[in-house]
Amino acid sequence: MSTLDIRNLHLSFKLHSGLVHVLHGISLSVAKGERVALVGESGSGKSVTARIVLGLLQELRGARITGHVAFQGQDLSALSPRARHALRGTAMSMIFQDPTSSLNPVYRIAPQFREVLARATPGISMEAARARATTLLDEVAITEPARVLDSYPFQLSGGMNQRVMIAMALANRPALLLADEPGTALDVTVQAQTLDLMRDLVAQHGTSVLFISHNLGVVREFADRTCVIYKGRIVESGPTEAVFEAPGHPYTRALMAAQPRITGGGLPEIAEADSRFLASAVIHGGLA
Amino acid sequence: MIRSLRILSANPLSLVGLALVGLVILAAAFADFLAPFPEHRGAVVDFVNFNKPPDGTYFMGTDLVGRDMFSRILYAYRISLLLGVVVLAVAVPVGVTLGLMAGYLGGWWEYALMRITDVFLSIPPLVLAIAIMGVLQPTLLNGMLAVTAMWWPWYTRLVYNITRGEKVEGYVLAAEVIGASRAHVMFREILPNAVPAIVTKMTLDFGFVILIVSSLSFLGLGVQPPTPDLGSMVAEGARYLPDSWWLAVFPGLAILIAVFGFNLIGDGLRDILGPDR
Repeated sequence: MSTLDIRNLHLSFKLHSGLVHVLHGISLSVAKGERVALVGESGSGKSVTARIVLGLLQELRGARITGHVAFQGQDLSALSPRARHALRGTAMSMIFQDPTSSLNPVYRIAPQFREVLARATPGISMEAARARATTLLDEVAITEPARVLDSYPFQLSGGMNQRVMIAMALANRPALLLADEPGTALDVTVQAQTLDLMRDLVAQHGTSVLFISHNLGVVREFADRTCVIYKGRIVESGPTEAVFEAPGHPYTRALMAAQPRITGGGLPEIAEADSRFLASAVIHGGLA
Repeated sequence: MIRSLRILSANPLSLVGLALVGLVILAAAFADFLAPFPEHRGAVVDFVNFNKPPDGTYFMGTDLVGRDMFSRILYAYRISLLLGVVVLAVAVPVGVTLGLMAGYLGGWWEYALMRITDVFLSIPPLVLAIAIMGVLQPTLLNGMLAVTAMWWPWYTRLVYNITRGEKVEGYVLAAEVIGASRAHVMFREILPNAVPAIVTKMTLDFGFVILIVSSLSFLGLGVQPPTPDLGSMVAEGARYLPDSWWLAVFPGLAILIAVFGFNLIGDGLRDILGPDR
């Protein structure tokens, strides 16, 4: 049984001007302990997919969702909003782009940590939460947990905040971690350090990860399998090595060509839209 | 608490504000002991000493029926402080809650609440208060009601705009994702970020509430004579300027001290409540 199983997911938003189709039948699955990347440009439907998995879009009126999304074998659409709510923050959690803005600036780290822990252990005392947080911060290689817990988010560096966010996201030992372009707001060296840390931690705990990114270099290092998404359709999917070694779809090739080279050569020119990008999907090694 | 005092004392102006407000509150609380002529707060007539300039006995002079101005100002502070506290204690929670709901819940809530707010804001405040007082009896309680009714929409507007800005911040989404309830997000995540602006506006408004109530009193719709009220004292005394200058100047200074003190505290509070970003 896979941790996350999405089959033929459609999403459209009802606007005054009519229906806008955002996802046209997405299928992907994340096995237990597996790291799957969802790669695509802005507006391709990466983030909404994550929101559907979290059950946030289902509560929005005007969002039409069809298809099958199963988390640990449970069909999410069959669950009540209350049951979906119970999964968030306990069985699944999320990490965002900008760690500093993801923490409330008016509270110190310790009370924010306590709220996260209280999702799994309601009414946890401040002392118990601090003790637990100290262990968790230790896991993300923070050397002075006490000082960090007594700091406000703006007193810590972006890299520190990212470590805190990772510790919080993994605090309740979720089965699934959704990482929505984690660390995009950080500089490259810090991003590399924190991703490395995150990879070790999820491997250690057997956490499944759905990794959403537009950064191909990061995806190649991090993910076991990669799905390329374009305009609401999966255009290519397969083991990361296979996708990167032999990109089969015109859009995947364009996406890889779009990466500026560290050796120079100017910014690559990319067509805004190309009819070849709408070619049928390339699946490496059959449907997973 | 100790940290708050340290920050406050680092800003000498807010200490001045604290001292002024403390003085006003003490004057109001101990008016019975401090006033040389406590009975002068009521309908007392002393034509021997009427309209006297400041001297040793009446060091702020006397009014047109011979009552001690200093005693009346001390008692007038009671009414002003009571009004300011009651009006803000009702208007702020109501306005803030509606603003949070309109800003955070959006959709139908936003539309309904903000249009109602616009209706209230479209009526000139004094006209609205006069209309309410015209229907009800002109008593102190109804005066507070009228001023409260015209005050909350400003807080709804303020908090609505802050909420719209904070709603898109990452920490709101992060809270929603770990399963925080809507009430939690509104009151525990967004509200603390709006507190510096709310408190600053409250301290400024404290002075304005005193002034508005004075206007109502001047029109005969607020505090009724012989109860002393700073606004009506200024309004009445202004007719005898410049000859009987003490009739308008001392109550005016009294309003100035209170309003100024609250504004200075407002600055200091903003420093305490607002973390540096």
